[in-house]
Amino acid sequence: MLAKASEAGTAEAILLGPAPDDAVQTLAKHGASKIYHSADAVYRDYLTLPAAETVAGLIQKHNPAVMLFASSYAGRDLVANLSARLDCGAITDVGDFQLKDGSVEASIPALGASYQNTSTLVNKGTKLLVVRPKSFEPKINEQPLSVEEIPAASSEGLRKVHMKERVVVKREGPSLEGAKVVISGGRGLKGEEQFAILKELADVLGGAVGASRAAVDAGWVPYAMQIGQTGKTVKPDIYFAVGISGAVQHLSGMKTSKYIITINKDPDAPIFQYSDFGVVGDLFKVVPQLIEELKKRKGA
Amino acid sequence: MKAPLSYLNRSSDSGEIETLNVVVCGKVIPASTVIIELDANTKRMVRKGVPHELDPAAASAVEEGLRLTEKHGGAVTLITMGTSDATIGIRNALAMGAASAVHILDDAVAGSDTLGTAKLLAAAIKKQEFDLVLCATESSDSYSGIVPGQIAHFLGVPPVTFAKEISVDGNKITIKRQSETGYDVVESTLPALVACSSGINEPRYPQLKGIMGAKKKEIKVYTAADLGLSPDQVGEKGAREKVLTIGRPAKRQAGKAVTDEGEGGKQIADFLAEIKVI
Repeated sequence: MLAKASEAGTAEAILLGPAPDDAVQTLAKHGASKIYHSADAVYRDYLTLPAAETVAGLIQKHNPAVMLFASSYAGRDLVANLSARLDCGAITDVGDFQLKDGSVEASIPALGASYQNTSTLVNKGTKLLVVRPKSFEPKINEQPLSVEEIPAASSEGLRKVHMKERVVVKREGPSLEGAKVVISGGRGLKGEEQFAILKELADVLGGAVGASRAAVDAGWVPYAMQIGQTGKTVKPDIYFAVGISGAVQHLSGMKTSKYIITINKDPDAPIFQYSDFGVVGDLFKVVPQLIEELKKRKGA
Repeated sequence: MKAPLSYLNRSSDSGEIETLNVVVCGKVIPASTVIIELDANTKRMVRKGVPHELDPAAASAVEEGLRLTEKHGGAVTLITMGTSDATIGIRNALAMGAASAVHILDDAVAGSDTLGTAKLLAAAIKKQEFDLVLCATESSDSYSGIVPGQIAHFLGVPPVTFAKEISVDGNKITIKRQSETGYDVVESTLPALVACSSGINEPRYPQLKGIMGAKKKEIKVYTAADLGLSPDQVGEKGAREKVLTIGRPAKRQAGKAVTDEGEGGKQIADFLAEIKVI
């Protein structure tokens, strides 16, 4: 986002809450000409409201043309509060944007992948945009370090949602975002245990296992594995969609993968429209055969 | 502005609540079987003439409300905004067990953006007694996911999104919420707004008795004017967000597909060899 912002104009960043020591340097290295900073623990210990108070104050003081937020939990929560508080518009799921004479034109995939729309915001003042992950390539654009320490939001009324505990669910293997190969399973997997065969395929190919929202909603795999509009966006060299029909929700999280390989028993599944190679068949026959074949060829 | 009555009525000394009144904001959307198109003129989704249903994400919020009120007493009220097509979804929520419903039905609200929608819903919620507002984290047709946070601000209650488990004890609410790396446990006080992730529960199917009973339940209908909102605050006129163009992206060329005749796995391996992965 800093790469895009510093290309479109002068980019400044806000860093709130305890962060690694090199965080401000990292921001400056990627193009932030100024960093507003408070390391106060209130931003870590209380959700949304303290950060919204601080960011709203900065917006009112500096009146930026555009304010960018990541499509993360915190990003969406913050934008929701700010747009209501400042009575200004917000566009979510932005893939790219242009600034023209103080107005903004954002392109957004609508209905998943099936439409590409452009939208603008007509409110006066700052425009809020929530940007899809991986929309812009990071660039090194080193700026002199300029940090303004800002006072932390201190009002008691902002300490309403208390973070009691953060539980990290451990996962093995390469991260979904970084993997060159991603194997995702959907409703067609029929249950939690069956994800083991995807894991086996992922191990053979050095990949990571993902899932569609249907599989996550069914409780078979944790949300951290969800790929799609409301989950992770991945861009691997090879994406396997196994037992996934290809709902718009899912497509928008993986359609820019280099190669898409599909296994599905329904020849009419929309996912085949996006596949480079597809097999219509029973995944419980095709996947084990593929694993066996890969092991055989590797051994040869 | 009318205060949330049941909240004011609760006894703060003991922290005990007599009843837990829950308002659920839910959307009625084109059924999941419908391939949604955009209208080139209005640049909105084509919602007319297609079958509608209660958004499954909203059904989960209704279910959560019912489970909480079954445990703590109180009632669930569904609030929705939409055309007359929404009636089918409202009836579904009532048949599941919601006690009553509110329908914001007004041509003037068509084309509302997230902020306009949140203003209308918040104004309708303020007319109800509530301790807890439940929504889906996002609707299953537009996924913007920011309306719940906007509503919370207009109501002046704390927002918690992405809930996967909710428990209420006195006027304390504890929520397990999804995080990028696992989950967080957060705590707040009532009244509050909680947006549920759709995996929070398995919504019940309405039973015959519920379906019959739903016909007798009250559906209040409000217009924007009833809610004290003027035409320049809501609908297309009040929208901050304007859609400029809609278009079809360059379609990815569909590649080869084969039907498995016992060689499907091998054929994928061949393809991987062809693109030089193995």
